[in-house]
Amino acid sequence: MPTPLVPPPPSTLRIFGALLRRDIHVTKRELPYFLVRTTLQPLLFIVVFGYLLPRMGFVGHGYGAALLPGIIAVSLTLSSVQSVALPMVQDFGYTHEIEDRLLAPVPMRMIAFEKIVMGVFQGLIAAAVVLPMSRLIMGPIAALGGAHIASVLLITILGAAAFSNLGLLMGTGINPQQIGLMFSVVVAPMIFFGCAYYPWQGLQAVPVMKYAVLVNPLVYVAEGMRGALTPALPHMSLLAVCGALIALIALFWTLGIRSFERRALT
Amino acid sequence: MHDTPDAIRTLALRKVYPAPGTRRGREVRPDIVALIGLDLAVRDGEFFGLLGPNGAGKTTTIGILTTRVKPTSGTATVAGADVVANEVVVRQRIGVVPQRPNPDRSLNVRENLVFHAAYFGIARSVAARRAVELLTQLGIADKAEAKVDQLSGGQQQRLMIARALIHEPRVLFLDEPTVGLDPQARHDLWDILRGLHAEGRTIIMTTHYMEEADLLCERVAIMHQGRLLALDTPRLLKSRAPGGTLIELVLDGDATAAAARVRMLPGVASAETLGAVLRIYSERGGEIIPILIQTAGAEGREVRDIHLSPPSLETLFISLTGRKLD
Repeated sequence: MPTPLVPPPPSTLRIFGALLRRDIHVTKRELPYFLVRTTLQPLLFIVVFGYLLPRMGFVGHGYGAALLPGIIAVSLTLSSVQSVALPMVQDFGYTHEIEDRLLAPVPMRMIAFEKIVMGVFQGLIAAAVVLPMSRLIMGPIAALGGAHIASVLLITILGAAAFSNLGLLMGTGINPQQIGLMFSVVVAPMIFFGCAYYPWQGLQAVPVMKYAVLVNPLVYVAEGMRGALTPALPHMSLLAVCGALIALIALFWTLGIRSFERRALT
Repeated sequence: MHDTPDAIRTLALRKVYPAPGTRRGREVRPDIVALIGLDLAVRDGEFFGLLGPNGAGKTTTIGILTTRVKPTSGTATVAGADVVANEVVVRQRIGVVPQRPNPDRSLNVRENLVFHAAYFGIARSVAARRAVELLTQLGIADKAEAKVDQLSGGQQQRLMIARALIHEPRVLFLDEPTVGLDPQARHDLWDILRGLHAEGRTIIMTTHYMEEADLLCERVAIMHQGRLLALDTPRLLKSRAPGGTLIELVLDGDATAAAARVRMLPGVASAETLGAVLRIYSERGGEIIPILIQTAGAEGREVRDIHLSPPSLETLFISLTGRKLD
């Protein structure tokens, strides 16, 4: 017999916790795959550009210092964007597995918000793994200061949040068939023109480029990471970086949640 | 919410989907009207069927009632709460079994239930106990630790039912629950649904199988092209089928004279002859058979054989829409 007495609706926070527990449970089980996915690409980059090329004498020894923040930026942003976008594309495209959560007695945007929180979390893990790994392979980096851990954390969280929200927008706006196209047309150029492998200041050489890349969200994460990890080297002001990232978070969330609700609700 | 005995009430519910592919450069197609002013009332504890072919508006109706589709206009309340203004409360009070099973494939069978319960704020210990009970009730207790992919279609459908029940909803929605199931699994599912109804649950089910609606539902709403065509118990609906029950009498000779007399009888909608065969559409089922035999006897004819075809929802549907259901 169904309970005739209706209990008060459970608190939104409690349900949010349950949604988060589900994702942590699943992520924990898939941690090895997650780590391989997150670390392999930066690892290869570090080995080639941070270890081999300097030893061959093709790049200066100072290149490592310019490269390290960028590599971390790429790892954390890719982890965040993928952790939100890939499941969304699958869920809304064909498996419809997310439906059981869309039936939960919470406002629907809470489901999307939980995915963002999870994306930030995965960005943090990526940064926490890739940073020591890079340091290990590249050897001591002169400019690397440990005094700015709070700034590193701040940039990591803001960068991960911006890209998780971008993941929400991409994951709800793209057909499953176009996912490969998205990575080659959107993500790849973003990485190469994201000031990850060279400082923004260096683009002085091609001024048009210097201002054109400002539409690329990765620029702010890479430059922010540079400002936080190797503050002695040229970088964008942290204030400007934080301002830009917060604006991007607001923009991507606004567009992303609209797109999410359009998919979840017809 | 307790002052109304209705589990569901809709008023002038209307849904219009924008036409697909009306972007720049393409031809402009008209919008799709999925639902045209639907008025429904489902009583608490009722087993209610929405019957109609694909495109009738059944799934749109379920979508609106389960808060997944926004009505274009009109209102709907489920378990006392408005589906638009109070969607969160509605979601708390309903269980939904989707058209195609969509279990969480990253979780095993038991976890699917326990996590789903957690999304409704149910404590883990309570959820674990209920999960075992439900899996046992639905006959898949031995699959508790299995991966979802290891379940057959019928077993996945049962898992969906267990999931829809884990938070003790007041109203259970099933959207074409038996599509794609083999006959055995279908019959098993019917038994399960009858059991759930016997426990006092309100069940709303869509189907395009006449037989299913007839066997399970207390009342059936027949839908076609977004409209409600008829709503009643299967028995009364069938009695509304044109002419009702078909009775064929095989007489011992020409039936023409008997037919003329039979047409005058109350409860006879029409009568036609084919040699010795007298075909009568009865509005009173088989009740009039004795009188028919008598009447034939009065014309000196003896009845050699009788065939009786009860009216079906199918015949009613054909008469209402001019087309078959499938």
